[in-house]
Amino acid sequence: MTRSALRSVSIPLTAVVLGLVIGALLITVQGNSAGTAYRALIDGGLGDADALLRTLQKATPLIFGGLAVAVAFKAGLFNIGGQGQLLVGAVFAAGVGFGIDGLPAIVHLPLALVVGALAGAIWGGIAGVLKATSGAHEVIVTIMLNFVAGNLSDWLAASPWKDNEGTNIIARTPLVAPAAEIPTVSWMPIGFLLAVAVAVACWFVLQRTTYGFEVRSVGFNRHAAAYAGVRVRWIVASTMMLAGMLAGLGGAVETLGVDGRFEAGVNAGLGFEGITIALLARANPIGVIPAGLLVGVMEAGASKMQFESGVAPEIIDVIQALILLFVAAPVIIRWLLRMRSGDDGQLQLGAGWGS
Amino acid sequence: MGKLSSRSARFVWVAAVAVVALAWFFYAQDGPQTTAVLAGTVRAATLLVLGAMCGMIGERSGVVNIGIEGQFLMSAFIAFTVTSTTGSLFAGVVTGVGTGLVMGWMLAAMAVGLRVDQIIAGTVLNIAALGLTSFFFDRGRSLGVGKYGPIDLGPLADIPVLGAALFSRPPLTYLTMALVVIVHIALFSSVWGLRTRAIGEHPGAAATVGIDVNRLRYLNVTLAGGLAGFGGAYLALEAVGTFSRGMSGGRGFLALAVMIFGRRTPFGAYAAALFFGFTTALQNQFQFTGALDIPAQFVGMLPYVVTIIVVALSGLFGSMRDPAALGQPYEKG
Amino acid sequence: MTVDLLLAARNVTKQFPGVLANDDVSVELRPGRVLALLGENGAGKSTLVNLLFGMYRPDSGQIVIKDEVVELHGPDDAIERGIGMVHQHFQLVPPMSVVENIVLGSEPSRRGMVDLAEARTRVLALSERFGLEVDVDANVEDLPVGTQQRVEILKALYRDADVLILDEPTAVLTPQETDHLLTVLRELTRQGVGIVFITHKLREVLAVADDIVVLRGGRVVGSTSPDETDETGLAEMMVGRSVVLRVDKSAAQPGDVVLSVEGLSVDDDRGQRAVNEVSLEVRAGEILGVAGVEGNGQRELVEAVTGLRRTEQGRVVIAGTDVSGAPPRQVATIGVGHIPEDREKHGVIGGYSVAENSVLNRYHRPPFSLRGLLQRAAIGRHAREVVEEFDVRTPGVATPVSSLSGGNKQKLIVGREFSDDIALLVAAQPTRGIDIGAIEFIHRRIVEQRDRGVGVLLVSAELDEILGLADRVAVLYEGRVVAVLDAADADRERVGLLMAGVNA
Repeated sequence: MTRSALRSVSIPLTAVVLGLVIGALLITVQGNSAGTAYRALIDGGLGDADALLRTLQKATPLIFGGLAVAVAFKAGLFNIGGQGQLLVGAVFAAGVGFGIDGLPAIVHLPLALVVGALAGAIWGGIAGVLKATSGAHEVIVTIMLNFVAGNLSDWLAASPWKDNEGTNIIARTPLVAPAAEIPTVSWMPIGFLLAVAVAVACWFVLQRTTYGFEVRSVGFNRHAAAYAGVRVRWIVASTMMLAGMLAGLGGAVETLGVDGRFEAGVNAGLGFEGITIALLARANPIGVIPAGLLVGVMEAGASKMQFESGVAPEIIDVIQALILLFVAAPVIIRWLLRMRSGDDGQLQLGAGWGS
Repeated sequence: MGKLSSRSARFVWVAAVAVVALAWFFYAQDGPQTTAVLAGTVRAATLLVLGAMCGMIGERSGVVNIGIEGQFLMSAFIAFTVTSTTGSLFAGVVTGVGTGLVMGWMLAAMAVGLRVDQIIAGTVLNIAALGLTSFFFDRGRSLGVGKYGPIDLGPLADIPVLGAALFSRPPLTYLTMALVVIVHIALFSSVWGLRTRAIGEHPGAAATVGIDVNRLRYLNVTLAGGLAGFGGAYLALEAVGTFSRGMSGGRGFLALAVMIFGRRTPFGAYAAALFFGFTTALQNQFQFTGALDIPAQFVGMLPYVVTIIVVALSGLFGSMRDPAALGQPYEKG
Repeated sequence: MTVDLLLAARNVTKQFPGVLANDDVSVELRPGRVLALLGENGAGKSTLVNLLFGMYRPDSGQIVIKDEVVELHGPDDAIERGIGMVHQHFQLVPPMSVVENIVLGSEPSRRGMVDLAEARTRVLALSERFGLEVDVDANVEDLPVGTQQRVEILKALYRDADVLILDEPTAVLTPQETDHLLTVLRELTRQGVGIVFITHKLREVLAVADDIVVLRGGRVVGSTSPDETDETGLAEMMVGRSVVLRVDKSAAQPGDVVLSVEGLSVDDDRGQRAVNEVSLEVRAGEILGVAGVEGNGQRELVEAVTGLRRTEQGRVVIAGTDVSGAPPRQVATIGVGHIPEDREKHGVIGGYSVAENSVLNRYHRPPFSLRGLLQRAAIGRHAREVVEEFDVRTPGVATPVSSLSGGNKQKLIVGREFSDDIALLVAAQPTRGIDIGAIEFIHRRIVEQRDRGVGVLLVSAELDEILGLADRVAVLYEGRVVAVLDAADADRERVGLLMAGVNA
């Protein structure tokens, strides 16, 4: 491994270790055994084929959510709307999944995926278009759209698309048709492979295409980008659409490959974890894959951890917040590692609501 | 208030007149219901204006705070836990404010001290607060004592329509009203306020006349956290009387919209908060009485949709200028 | 007690990462005198005044204020001891009033509340005493530049300054406003104030200074006075070798019109009319210099011509094509090179490599982009050519541009914009803030382009640059072209008066 590569992973790795150490302290404070808890956590996430399947299933939407944040980051945009984009993607994929009958899998599944992705793209696009046309800050708009999406998907699942099978009282849609399901081969959910492929595609688009050059130029310096002839508004709008599409796809894969239906409240919080994952990956689409897997292991093992050590699964959220803190403030880690303050690029968005 | 801009003043008046006029109109039709709507308006506005003032003091100093949601939540949790343990509402309020100060200090340490991107820093607070409160929350716990109840302000409480809504409120609501006036005067007439506005507009200029920009930002973001902490205590101990997971429900974010809508002035923000509170209270009331048949989810969406429209329109007309140094860390030299 | 030394630096040294900004520098200022600090950009003038004002602390050496060796922990220490500073970029809060700006940091107050009435009285008294007229209730953002400078001076005097440090005070003033400032300074010295005057303009130094200290490369290279030297002597001291103030060039051979601006009106960011019915022509093979005090519509004119800003009225025709309202991409494609005024904001993308920046204007066209994919080999080849030909000092083409010096960034921009077949070159402040070697290099290249038949629109705030390079000079005042002169008729006095709006 080259020195620069080593440098670029040392901060995220240290952040993870620090997060786990402080998490262990909290577990101990609560009167439980951190050793038992973490062993159960890893066992539950990687111990056998079932655990592995669970981890990969958990990691899939996380990777999509991380990409939705990372790609927007490249254009200097902070997409806090992964949550809402994922929800609309999930619910509309479910709608297509159960609402249409008799299509062959080769048509039905892609159709459901595309509709989910489109729903996400529209959701992200609203924020992007508003930002491009009126300067409305994407952070405020995407946060608000999260709540709107939450209400909208709840309503769809509770009313028009409600599963009326038997005595069901839960706000959820019926199961999607078998033709719309994403298969799982042994312990490998195909949706995970899709996520990996999409992550690689994102990297390629950003680094190797003319469009990616424009996106990154807007992120670095929008004035210079405009000077160079880049249509900045179009890039802002289209990047948010792309980001929304990625999250929407994540929601669709979750519905079609894991849950089999949309159920209100099940996906809560997934979109926010995308922020942690994207920052952990330093906004690099390839880095999102290991970052997503890491969080996936924690989530997959959380229930086993609770069962065996009595530690509440919410400790995972706490550890994630700590990791996020340490990645966001690399100064702390640099000080710990006695690293020269270097060019390892602190993420800056240049906040301000107006521009 | 010398510096209250004419636009801002006009907005406050229009909002106030609109609310009062609507209130009279509805009161004529159904008195008790109108009273309930107005009470609901003030209840919702209290939390929003506290969050808006927290955001405003930060932004006037040049620091964006999107961690208000987390500050609300963490403070509500601590206030609830302390009251539930000690049986003292007052102890809960004090520790709630203290928690807000600590959260504010953490935001300042990240955003001002470590120069973490301000939006990321606020996000860290939000995620950390949600995680920590969920992790430590004990579902079996209850407040143990009754939440703060209303206090009648003598004959004022007997004024028709407005009396019950404004002058028969629990104590933290009165305190909030006082805080709105205090913060407004402080921001626009005090030495502290002049310096605060200066470091948000042109930190370099402030530094050359000997103002320690980063120290004042530290102080302000920390103090502002205390306001959000007070809001958290209000939420747990007066508005609801218990704690639940994620109970701030996005109102920390709505507060930012209220702040922008109120042009970063406390009076403006209170008017905006009352307006927001009024729409939700009105809808809730219609919902409750069955006067309007709209799915609850659509009613729930309303404030968020309104916020998006407000933010988009304010951008379009460019009528709300950000402090010039908003979001930028200050570096000497 | 009379003070002998008002302010002095004794053997101060200040090191920044990679730069020895001040090396064993000593200067002295006595009451009622004007000390001029002269030097090029990067000579260490700003570092020295920041040391004197307490913004930085010296690595070694002493600061003396009123005969006492002091240790300054910040500007407030300096202010407290009677040092006032007028910064090059005004340190005023635009949306606040004049009074608020002046008292900020030392507010008269009662129980924590600002006593505005008292503040107003004090400010009015000061303005009367020193003859510095200003509307104290106006917001600073609504005042003209010359008046804002008066506010800055009042701000220092309000703090009982008996030393006034002025950092490049005339950079943004018309020659006439400059003269007014020099009068004010003389009035101040008459009342006993000592003045440190930082500039790189020789004429002003000779006009106002009592003592002159010349800095170069962080060191004092000479101390003199106006009686002992002249402009040439000072210039030589400043750059360390005899300088050619004029650029060597032959007479222009104007060809067809390549840029025609007809009745153009453009608004600035705040919606105010910045360019007002301007008509101009640039022919192939000539340099049209646009002179004017900054902020008279130059920026908006350039942005409108290059497609970065909306035009409100009128037409811009480049090489026969009407490009009014066309996006920047289309303007560039016609064959327009643009050296932007603000290098860091528009010229380069700091996070991008030298290679990526070298194709910033053409990344989307073959051979750099094929079927939407970047052709990295072609981009690298092109970058190496530009680096070679334009003498860009960089470790490699993969180096991020943010680590290059200003002069090298500028050469990269010039190389990028020249390497295409262009018909029109728009050069805005092409040599701002770079070293003299790079300035000469860029001047030569601009003349070379002209001789190859390119039409050049040169906008510069440096009158010497305009007078040295231009074949014709257009003077912009308050958004209007007030005159277009042949280079032969354009002398400093005449252009200076026109820049001030005086019809000569």
